[in-house]
Formats: sequence, C-alpha cells, structure tokens
Amino acid sequence: MRIKPRVLWFQAVTCNGNTHSLLCANPNRLELFLNSFDLIYHPSLTSDVNLTDILNSDDKIDFLLVEGAITNNTNFFSISNESTKDLLNKLALKTTYVIAVGSCASYGGVHAKFELNDDITGVQTSLDKKIASKLRHKIINLTGCPVHPEWILQTMFIIKAQGKIQLDEEQRPVEMYSTLAHHGCTRNEYFEWKVESDHYGTKEGCLFYDQGCRGPMTKSSCNKILWNEVNSKTRVGMPCIGCTETDFPRENMLETKKHIGIPFETPLDISKRAYLSLTGVAKTFKIGRLQNKLIEYD
Amino acid sequence: MKMSVGNMYNYFSSKEELAKYAIKYSTNIIAAELREINNMDISSKDKVFLFTQKYFQSIKESPEVVEYFLRVYLSNREVFANGCEGFLCVGDFVTEVMILLEDGAKNKEFREQDFFTAFSMFMGALGGFAFLSGENVLERDVLEYSDEIAENIYRALKYED
Repeated sequence: MRIKPRVLWFQAVTCNGNTHSLLCANPNRLELFLNSFDLIYHPSLTSDVNLTDILNSDDKIDFLLVEGAITNNTNFFSISNESTKDLLNKLALKTTYVIAVGSCASYGGVHAKFELNDDITGVQTSLDKKIASKLRHKIINLTGCPVHPEWILQTMFIIKAQGKIQLDEEQRPVEMYSTLAHHGCTRNEYFEWKVESDHYGTKEGCLFYDQGCRGPMTKSSCNKILWNEVNSKTRVGMPCIGCTETDFPRENMLETKKHIGIPFETPLDISKRAYLSLTGVAKTFKIGRLQNKLIEYD
Repeated sequence: MKMSVGNMYNYFSSKEELAKYAIKYSTNIIAAELREINNMDISSKDKVFLFTQKYFQSIKESPEVVEYFLRVYLSNREVFANGCEGFLCVGDFVTEVMILLEDGAKNKEFREQDFFTAFSMFMGALGGFAFLSGENVLERDVLEYSDEIAENIYRALKYED
C-alpha cells in the first residue's frame, strides 16, 4: 500500500451525520489520520479536485468511504444527473477497499424506510457483484447512527498496517463490534438489581425495563470508547437505541416492549427463562444504596 | 420415611433449613410439570387446561405437596423470612407462570395486564380450590372440576378485541 493511501469520501443519501462525527474526532487523532492518509476528496471540505475529475482520471483509490444510502432512482436523488448507484459502481471499479460508513451505507438505515422509493439500500446490495468480487477485501460495514469517529480511524489504521481486518457475520470489524453497548455502562449495577430509572437524564437507575434501552442486545463499543472521550448515551441517562443493528430504526424506539409486564426481548443470547429467574431473585431484595440518589446536593 | 428425627439433623442444620428445602423441593415438582407444558407446541388455552389438570392430579395423588405450600409456607412466613424472601424459594415455578402468561399475551390469547393481576387470577383459582379440597367440602372428585376451573381461569385472562 502507498505510504499515504488515497482516501475518497463519497456522500450519497445522507444526513451528513457521519461527517459531523468524523470532524469531531480527537484533534490529535484527526491530525494523525490526515498525516497518514491522503484525503483526496470530501464534499464538505475544500479540495483540489472534484468527483468528476477523479472519475475521469486513471488514478486508483485505496479507500472508498461511503456515507449514506444508495439509490438508482434519480427522481429522488442524483449527483450531477447521475444516480448514486452508478457513481458508487464507477468509484468502486478503481478502489481497493470499500468501507460503508454508518448504518445507511451499511444496509440502508433510516432512508431505507422511505415508503415512496423502495430502491434505497446499502452499499453491499447496490454494488455490482462482479465489481465487488474484484475488491481486495469484503466490504467493511461500520454500522452506527452516526458511527464513532474512532471506529473509522481504527479500521483504516488496522487495514493500512495489516492489509485486512477481521469481520463479524454482519461484516463489521470485530475490534469495534464484539462488545455490547451494555458493557461499560455505568448503570450495570442497577441492571443487576433491577432498579429502574423512571425518566431520562438521571444518574441512577437502569434504562432497560422501562425506557427502551437496547444496550444489552446491541453490538457496539459506545461504553468502551466514549463519545467525545467523555460520555455515552446510557451514561447520561438516554437509552441506547440500537443504531448499530440492522433492525434500526425500529418503531416505538424508546419503549420497552412488554407482555404482561415481561420484556419481549431479553439480553443477547440470554434465554427468557434465565432472565426471568435472575430478575425474580434480584427484585426480591431492596438494596438501600441503590434506591437512593448517588449525590445529595446541598 | 423410616428415618429418625435425629438422623434428619445430619442433613439439615435446623427445622427452618428443612422447611425451606421442603418448599423448594415441592414447588420445583410443580415447576417441572409446568415447564414441560410450556415447552409444548400447543395453544396457551390448552396449556392452562393441561396444567390445571396436572395440578388437580397432584392435589389428589400427593395432597401433602400443595397442603405444605398453603398451610405451612403461606401461614408461617416468619420461618421462611431469612433465605426465602419474596419469590426466592418458589422462583422456578413463578418463572414458568411468567412464561405461560407472556406467551399467551404475545400470541394474543391473553390480554395485556399487570403481571401480578394475571398471576393472581391463575394461581388464586388453583390455590383456592386446593384449599377447598383440603377441607373435604367438595361434592365431586377434585379432578371432575378441572375443566370448569380451567375455563374460568382462561375467561379471566383471555384477549378481547
């Protein structure tokens, strides 16, 4: 690989959230990235060349980062009168590694829910099979809404160093997606003892039973690699909405679906019987410390 | 059992320990039966009928199991206060009832309601009838009431559009 691999950021049907996320990366890490890679094009940044120049040149792209969902329907979205599907395939033809940045690029995300256009999908589905087969590596999906900037940077540095990266069954890097959002949540003890928070924004209480938290069934590093190096959704009292999983976005996202007061879904790979047995035991005991406020302000 | 009282204390450190073990043992028998029914591929209504039948069979064949629950466990809570708090000693059975009720609501056979109200409809009817059987006031064999009781339980829980 080149000493400074050439990176092109292609935006399709997107809210721009992953770009926002990347540009909010730790400044030192972003500087290291810009010094280690040659970011030849990003639509939100000034560059010497535009997309047409790149398509018309013989130069190869080492990393094609795709943000946003893909559609062939130019009535809804086009770039210079071309569909995002056509542009994606043309760019992929000159690319070594394709990374789908965010849930929309990975599998369609929010935009795939749009009812008036059923032709909105992710990169894997939109890429011509012949072109995909010529890539050096399987398409890497960085699911998330948005994706954490570190997940992008770490993925690229790993591939730059090793030429490959281990993926899970959804083609997500295992380094970032083998843990659950639940791991590292500061509310774990409340989860253990079934002490629930009754509204958002509290320091105390679990958000799983009443607030719709998907942390125990969502693969992500949100509580391992903190956002803005400080925090995460669940740490501030906002339930995880499971944005890295392919069923995102779900209906009634901030509700825990229950039948007869029993959660419909249990933590990942935990059987209903096991979950209910432990819950029954935990709820039997009222731990005084966990019922009280963590801090009593003067 | 042909075992002396003294010999019992080789296995249990106190009467309370024996009492707690007995309640766990006896409810686990009923829990195992309900687990088997829960795992069957039948409707929740049929599960209610089948479990009611099995429960009444227990009342008839091993009345001491249900009697122990009603007349010892429920009536002497202080004996079980330490180590059998809440559902601790009857947890396996309660878990199976939860699964039965949740499956029923999920399949829209039972209507949505609070777990405790649904639980009391189910177990209240069965426990109440076990009490009547223990008092020897029933006019017919206890098994003959099984379907009627199950029908009452089902109607109390069933889903309505």
